[in-house]
Amino acid sequence: MATEQQLANFREEVAGWLQANKPADPGFLLPQSFMEVGSEQQLDFLREWQYKLWSAGYLGMAWASEYGGQGAEPIFQSIANKEMARAGVPIAFNVIGLGWAGPLINDLGTPEEKSKYLKGILTGEDIWCQGFSEPDHGSDLGSAQCRAVRDGDEYVINGTKIWTTMGNYAKYMILLARTNPDAERKYDGLSFFLSPMQVPGIDPQPIRKLTGEYGFTQTYFNDARIPASCLMGEEGQGWLLAMKTLQYERGAEAGAAGGLSFIRIALEDMIESLQGIKRGGEPVLKDPVVRDELMQLVIEDKALSVGDKRSVISALTHDYRGSLPLSNKYRWTEHARRMRQAAVRLQGAHGSLYVKDEQAVGGGFWQRAYLQSFSATIGGGTSQVQANIIAEHVLGLPK
Amino acid sequence: MDFGATQIQVSEEQLMLQDAAAGLCAELSSIDRVRALLESAEGYDENVWQSLVDMGWTGLAIPEEQGGAGLSVGEFVTIFEAMGKYLLTTPLMSTVLAAELLRRSSESAAHAPLSAIAAGSKATVAFLESEDWMDASLGARVENGRLIGRKEHVADAAAADLILVPATENGALVIVVVEGSSIGSEARCAHDVIDATRRAQALNLDLTVTDSQIIRGEGLALALDETRLIGALLVAAESTGAAVSCLNTTVDYLKTRKQFGKLIGSYQALKHPAVDILCAIDSSKSLVYQAAAEMSNDRLSRDARVACHMAKSKASETILFAGDRAVQFHGGMGFTYECDAQLYLRRALWVQQAFGDPVAHRKQLASLLLDA
Ligand SMILES: Cc1cc2nc3c(=O)[nH]c(=O)nc-3n(C[C@H](O)[C@H](O)[C@H](O)COP(=O)(O)OP(=O)(O)OC[C@H]3O[C@@H](n4cnc5c(N)ncnc54)[C@H](O)[C@@H]3O)c2cc1C
Repeated sequence: MATEQQLANFREEVAGWLQANKPADPGFLLPQSFMEVGSEQQLDFLREWQYKLWSAGYLGMAWASEYGGQGAEPIFQSIANKEMARAGVPIAFNVIGLGWAGPLINDLGTPEEKSKYLKGILTGEDIWCQGFSEPDHGSDLGSAQCRAVRDGDEYVINGTKIWTTMGNYAKYMILLARTNPDAERKYDGLSFFLSPMQVPGIDPQPIRKLTGEYGFTQTYFNDARIPASCLMGEEGQGWLLAMKTLQYERGAEAGAAGGLSFIRIALEDMIESLQGIKRGGEPVLKDPVVRDELMQLVIEDKALSVGDKRSVISALTHDYRGSLPLSNKYRWTEHARRMRQAAVRLQGAHGSLYVKDEQAVGGGFWQRAYLQSFSATIGGGTSQVQANIIAEHVLGLPK
Repeated sequence: MDFGATQIQVSEEQLMLQDAAAGLCAELSSIDRVRALLESAEGYDENVWQSLVDMGWTGLAIPEEQGGAGLSVGEFVTIFEAMGKYLLTTPLMSTVLAAELLRRSSESAAHAPLSAIAAGSKATVAFLESEDWMDASLGARVENGRLIGRKEHVADAAAADLILVPATENGALVIVVVEGSSIGSEARCAHDVIDATRRAQALNLDLTVTDSQIIRGEGLALALDETRLIGALLVAAESTGAAVSCLNTTVDYLKTRKQFGKLIGSYQALKHPAVDILCAIDSSKSLVYQAAAEMSNDRLSRDARVACHMAKSKASETILFAGDRAVQFHGGMGFTYECDAQLYLRRALWVQQAFGDPVAHRKQLASLLLDA
């Protein structure tokens, strides 16, 4: 176990490194999250940054050294992450690899899978995407229909995935496909693949998002042939592995390689952004109604931060075991959405401006951030579906 | 901009108190006992009070020199959370706050009443002269050896052996320690309190007082202000416990009642609000224990004040949300006196105003955070 002193020294070291190596503003809009990488320019910039982070030893710290990590205690990575948020550095963009596919392979993969995939995830060389959602099956993921048919040493894939974040840049996809359409339970007919993307018959088509930016694709599979060795686990284990992946994705399971998935957008900054705004000739921050709304947000913010700490104190969680980790995604993402919406609503006439307008408050940061916030309340399981899960698992309510 | 500390821990004392309090409340405060006391004149059970005294809880935060245990007042959140869960109401909260006011006055005149409380005397503070928790001005005054004035909403006034009466004397704030027995029945008027587990009176005071009953000192206004904030925290703790039982009552019904051939708990119009109540309880509990960690028996820090405002604001809203939905989600059954939902809803309405409503606390919070 690392001593307090070692941890303190490490914290200082990372903070110093970040200070010295934080990239300068590139002069173009950087993504606020990994779901908005929409241009080669952004991609090159973020790839270089991730490589730098990894080279300095601040990514994948808890993964084994033979796979590009350092075999360090997880606490070091979480210190590094906190310092990255504090320093306001760019995101480590390869999130589906770093945060979901990587931990899955690290925890459940074969030695071959680990040596083939893990290091490239850390360096940023191998970009990963996730092929779960389909046009007709989103929340009801268990009904996914994209087909995988075994043919000798290969599987032949046919169907369509959608909302594939970074689908057009990815080298690999974690793919959920149906190998047995006749299975009694729909879940048992699904299998999980670590699929290459640069294969004839796989065609990712960019989709423009509500912010006006790009970031995800509709991904068509047309008789695409992938090696049979891409199957992870066994046929029929797809649902199990997909659920495990979602656990990482929702932050309910540790193991991520680290780095920021989103830039930190703090309530303090939101309130700061209203500093110059007037209402009736007075600062908007003096308006009692506005102050009351802001205090409600502050209280929620504080309750969530404290709740994260309370969740590991067993004597303070016995009323509803599991409620804090299970509701974490639901609550933080809904809070972020409300906070950012208020940031726009309270700007007066400037609330009507968007990112290209010179008068937009903070370059339209809050407008973009609000629109972007739905990525988290929809992606990774919608808030409504999260509420179902919490109701059923924590309160024991019937389906 | 600094929203205050976020650290939280559970102290050794809280861990011990947690088991003791849960055990005692479960044993002494079944829902049948709670209901039996609703229509009694006293509103509490003297034997239960004696058990609390025997546990040493009345003197928990009283200095050892006065016969107490000298712990932080923050430890009380555990006890009141448990009492809230079992709707166990006694004059303990009033007594604890009276002790806080005495201790925070730092005057030697406070020693004798503190010792009496540690030994089991019941006490209360007459905080209010109107409906306005945020008004610190006083009409009550000491003049020519008499205490004259009207106090309202005095919690547990009938039970209290000692009533602490804030008043002015030559324009300066003093606290007059009045023996309950010196106030005749003609000077007392019982309030009909919506939370029928509680008792309160209005007092028309016109009494002879001696010098030894009067606590004078520079720090009294601050002591009174801090005591009000601590009251807000203790109510927040108590109502968080009550909200847990309230939600459990609702969830039990959602799991047993069927309509249209299905358990009603499968309907999202009921299910999702239940989750939001759960989340509100989680927030309240986090804020209450965070505030408890900030408590000290010295002057309250800025962060402690921030935390108390947050805890009271959130916990008040949480219990009201839980109680309001509990009635609605029980349908016609929820409209009955027999259904426990009404107990929680009435508790929730009492909680709103106690030591300041949520909006009042957020107003003070905003001053601390935005204007400093
Ligand atoms: C920015 C972004 C990035 C994404 N990236 C990826 C990715 O990389 N890979 C991937 O596979 N997917 C990705 N997704 C897809 C995401 O996982 C799905 O959008 C999500 O699961 C919802 O599915 P849907 O879009 O089909 O909506 P639907 O399931 O059709 O939902 C429509 C509405 O109905 C509600 N609803 C549905 N079912 C229920 C229910 N049982 N109870 C109550 N309400 C319900 C939903 O909450 C929603 O409000 C991404 C989505 C976004 C927004």
